[in-house]
Amino acid sequence: MIEVQDLTKAYGSVTAVDHISFTVHEGEILGFLGPNGAGKTTTMRILTGYMPATSGAARVAGFDVSNESLEVRRNIGYLPETPPLYPDMSVETYLDFVARIKNVPPEKRRERVSDALEKARITDKRTELIKRLSRGYKQRVGLAQALVHDPRVIILDEPTVGLDPKQIIEVRHLIKGLAGSHTIILSTHILPEVSMTCDRVVIINKGKIAAVDTPRNLTAQLKGGQKIRVEARAPEKQLQELLARIPGVNRVQIEGARADGGVTATVESAPGQDVRSQIAAKVVEKGWGLYELRGVSLSLEDIFLELTTEDSADATPPN
Amino acid sequence: MRGFYAVYRKEMGQYFVSPIAYVVVGVFLFLSAYLFNFFVNEAIRQALQMEAQSMRYGMPPDIDMPSEVMRAFFSSLWWFILFITPMLTMGVYAEERKRGTMELLMTSPITETQVVLGKFLASLTLFAIMLLPTVSYLIFLLLHSDPMPPWRVLLGGYAGVFLLGASLLALGAFLSSLTENQIIAALLSFAGAFGLLLLYMGARDASSTTGQVLQYISPIGHYEDFTRGIVDTSSLIYYASFIFLFVFLTVRSVDSMRWRRA
Repeated sequence: MIEVQDLTKAYGSVTAVDHISFTVHEGEILGFLGPNGAGKTTTMRILTGYMPATSGAARVAGFDVSNESLEVRRNIGYLPETPPLYPDMSVETYLDFVARIKNVPPEKRRERVSDALEKARITDKRTELIKRLSRGYKQRVGLAQALVHDPRVIILDEPTVGLDPKQIIEVRHLIKGLAGSHTIILSTHILPEVSMTCDRVVIINKGKIAAVDTPRNLTAQLKGGQKIRVEARAPEKQLQELLARIPGVNRVQIEGARADGGVTATVESAPGQDVRSQIAAKVVEKGWGLYELRGVSLSLEDIFLELTTEDSADATPPN
Repeated sequence: MRGFYAVYRKEMGQYFVSPIAYVVVGVFLFLSAYLFNFFVNEAIRQALQMEAQSMRYGMPPDIDMPSEVMRAFFSSLWWFILFITPMLTMGVYAEERKRGTMELLMTSPITETQVVLGKFLASLTLFAIMLLPTVSYLIFLLLHSDPMPPWRVLLGGYAGVFLLGASLLALGAFLSSLTENQIIAALLSFAGAFGLLLLYMGARDASSTTGQVLQYISPIGHYEDFTRGIVDTSSLIYYASFIFLFVFLTVRSVDSMRWRRA
């Protein structure tokens, strides 16, 4: 549905997007993850026909974004970072206007507008002036605007920014409900959002793609090994020595002792080896109290930090 | 076509929900009515004076007072137009850019030309609505004059006002597309309109070829002909070219927003 080939965008001497390629299949939700200024918005703007690429090609719904811009725009619903709203219009008037410029045929307009109101759950606010709405409602009007012409492709730039936790859950729900009948790209710098809503993730940093995969695979693939958290009532030094001597253990990190004598350690083991039973046996053998023993899977946060900081020393930390 | 109409409709709606349209139209009507009243009184005073003089010296001079009033009215009207058109156009693009709604327009399946024409014709419609009530003053004048002055003075005058207004609206819209700031857009439009006026004033008394050329370039010189009821083809072509040029430049300017770093 969306194919991006070697796309590059340079602003003068600054390269915002640097030869990126990826594809999005029909009905899929693709997450665009990266720190601020990574090139997410620029990529989205190129896909929506808002700005031209410096080089490379992109096709949306079978149309080329530079040569068949109008066709592409007909098939895309786009929510920019700041929702493009006219404060003096009522919600309904605004959506009617958007439906008109998106070429919705007159006989279908009413139906499409009320459908979009319904989906964004703002039917009760339809006669309200946009300037009187709260931040969360404005965001939802922006979302309704992207849906009003029932586009095949929906592009959402940070759709949950500025919403309260309850609204965030609602919006994620809405987005998940759109998948299947629509192809969706959404950008975010919030990690849990990606693992919760997206089928696949593109991690982008400094204009380059760092990784493309499903959230689960990314978690699994990055570290073949496992992290184990051990909490025991034991002398710090001795616990470290004991754990390090267990075969298959690569690294032991003591994270701190508590006043009651409890010590927490993180053990990294070699791929394919489960050392948990051995740790349990050894600790108990010594007569130390074992409080906790559990496997820790790497969170997307860890992967993200690793991918976006490893390639160069001066990499900007994600905020 | 549908896109053009959607933009036009939206612009008209925005003019009338915002206080700007009401304030601008209200102020214009107040000032133009005052001006008209002033010219009529002045004409009556002059007529009485001349009548008194003719009693002393005989031979009353033959002056078409109603036409004089109309001409004076029209040739002062452009002062207001100069100040009012920038108010109507300052926001058309600057506001859209500032609010981020330009991104919506430019990612919708409509062309830049449709956007620009929709906005231009909406501002022109508002301008025409603003002028409409002033027609009643002149009709009142015509009906109470004996003999009735020719209609062409009235029609020519309005054709001139309308074309001059359209030119300044096209210029103002173009200048608005260059900035995100409404105030800057308004000031640029004032400066632009004022520059055209100076061009005319400076060249008015010059008899050299340069003077004539400068006078031709300024839309105000062409306007003077219309106030005498003369509709010259070359003036019509001049205004059409002026409007076309700035509408075209606006389309290019809107298109170029894609290439700037937003």
